[in-house]
Amino acid sequence: MLKLSDVQTFYGNIKALKGISIEIEQGEIVTLIGANGAGKTTTLMSISGIVPTRAGDISFEGRSITRMTPNDIVSLGICHVPEGRRIFPYLSVLENLDMGAFLRNDRSEVAKDLEYVLDLFPILAQRRHQAGGTLSGGEQQMLAISRALMARPRLLLLDEPSLGLAPLVVKRIFEIIEKINAENNTTIFLVEQNANLALKVAHRGYVMENGYITLSDKSRHLLANEDIRKAYLGI
Amino acid sequence: MSEISEHKILFGWEEIKKSLLTCIWFMFLTFPIMVIQVNTIHRTVEWRWERLFFVGAGAFLLSFLWRYMIRRKEAGIKREETAQNTHQDLLQRLLSNPRFSRPALAVAVLFFLTFPLVFSLYQIDIMTTALIYVVVALGLNIVVGLAGLLDLGYVAFFAVGAYTYALLNVHFQLGFWICLPIGGALGFLFGVLLGFPVLRLRGDYLAIVTLGFGEIIRLVLENWNEFSFGPSGIANIPRPGFMGMDLALHQNHTYIYYLMVGLTVFTIFVVRRLQDSRIGRAWTALREDEIACQAMGINKTRTKLSAFAIGATWAGMGGVVFAAKTTFINPASFTIWESVIILCCVVLGGMGSIIGVVAGALVLKLLPEYFRAFSEYRMLVFGTVLVLMMVFRPSGLISSVRRVYRFEGRNKLEGQP
Repeated sequence: MLKLSDVQTFYGNIKALKGISIEIEQGEIVTLIGANGAGKTTTLMSISGIVPTRAGDISFEGRSITRMTPNDIVSLGICHVPEGRRIFPYLSVLENLDMGAFLRNDRSEVAKDLEYVLDLFPILAQRRHQAGGTLSGGEQQMLAISRALMARPRLLLLDEPSLGLAPLVVKRIFEIIEKINAENNTTIFLVEQNANLALKVAHRGYVMENGYITLSDKSRHLLANEDIRKAYLGI
Repeated sequence: MSEISEHKILFGWEEIKKSLLTCIWFMFLTFPIMVIQVNTIHRTVEWRWERLFFVGAGAFLLSFLWRYMIRRKEAGIKREETAQNTHQDLLQRLLSNPRFSRPALAVAVLFFLTFPLVFSLYQIDIMTTALIYVVVALGLNIVVGLAGLLDLGYVAFFAVGAYTYALLNVHFQLGFWICLPIGGALGFLFGVLLGFPVLRLRGDYLAIVTLGFGEIIRLVLENWNEFSFGPSGIANIPRPGFMGMDLALHQNHTYIYYLMVGLTVFTIFVVRRLQDSRIGRAWTALREDEIACQAMGINKTRTKLSAFAIGATWAGMGGVVFAAKTTFINPASFTIWESVIILCCVVLGGMGSIIGVVAGALVLKLLPEYFRAFSEYRMLVFGTVLVLMMVFRPSGLISSVRRVYRFEGRNKLEGQP
């Protein structure tokens, strides 16, 4: 479904991605784990076109999206939940969700999706007229995911959904991620520092170090891998 | 208990001591200019000690007042936080209450409709100018208030509109009513032209570049004599005719006044619709978080450009009416100072709030006219008012309702065990 081949991304003169290749199949949950500054977020930003790539190719369902603008990429069905949630603090919850459906014109379908996400996260329904900035961290993350779902994506890019959240909330969010994947057959590409959790929900995983992909395998195998256990799982 | 102690702090010794220091410092600073006067003819030095006393007393009082207000403001914030109250100020509550706002609106409509019947030609004239600024400020409000793009060269689009009418009239004898939409369209076009190269910049950089563009337009108008008749400007621009008839002076002023009222109502209507539309939402969202917007599939460039261009359209139309009203324009009417005034209308009135911007523009254009007697101190008062506003009402006279949060499910939540 999504294929990155030898992608290189620069910030000025600094090479953040040094030629990475990733392949994601329809219906999978794939995770990308790695330490701080390994290039995980940059990978997602490159896929969604927010940070332009300098070399290599990214293709989605057989079409090259390397040179496309972010809005064209969203309209193809890739939606990105950026790191740190980035909800709109002064817009209400409903308005935030409406922004997610920005490119859609099918009102009845949008209303259906709104109902679906409010069902998924009942707390958001309770807070629907509250400004986004007044929500708690966990609620904001739920809002960020819901907002992305409002675009009805076929590929959902999640950047560190567990960032700064209490373990119980993280657990709840990961359950929802699995649910979204199972119910709608939405492909999910999950970037996480919490490798243990990410590998438990994902089918496959990639390990990233210093801008390179150093390892890729089934999650089970990665969880059992001695080096991974030492480096990322702290066991 | 805490209230009492807070009030004690308000009048504490500490405050008096600080004010006293300020007062001494001011006396020292102003000593050379206020006290010593050298009479070069008689070759004597006059010492005006009584002045030192006035400076000292004045500085002490003002400083004390300032500290007192700051204290009160801080205490107010603290109290609000402890009470966990969703605070709306009185003005806003009145405005959102239909029982007050409907009659208020009716009174306002009646006032503006009967204005020319009651007041003199001079009054009608300054009100018309104020209404032009209302329209232009509402246009800038789209750019600054909604999209959050600080544009310091906005007057350039105003100049584009004014010169559109003036030049088309001189060369092609085109009338006012044809030029009004053309002026708007050219404003839009120039918005796109100027916006395209600068919109990849943000914040301060954008402000500086737009400032530069504003000056470029003015300098071109000033120096390109063959095109714009240079600094001598264009005179004898016809006022708008009524159904092909020429009107007497008084009638004509009244006519332009009503025309401006109509244009203002139209502007308010359109801006309101825009604000609630999807593109208006996109502007607000873009101001709040660019990366999130891109992730939502909002085209950053196009959205910013549309704000810039639509804002410029209103300036263009305002410019056409301005040229028709004054019948004479030259580049001196379009200096950076005008941009600053328009920006002040927006900021002082309340960014993003339509009624606030309208109030801001009316206040800023009308008050200087009514206080012409003090026109020498205008800048002084202007500066002081701005500083005070930013300290005590940073979100403007009537701030945008967007910042008021509603807690709907709150009672329900509290009711739960």
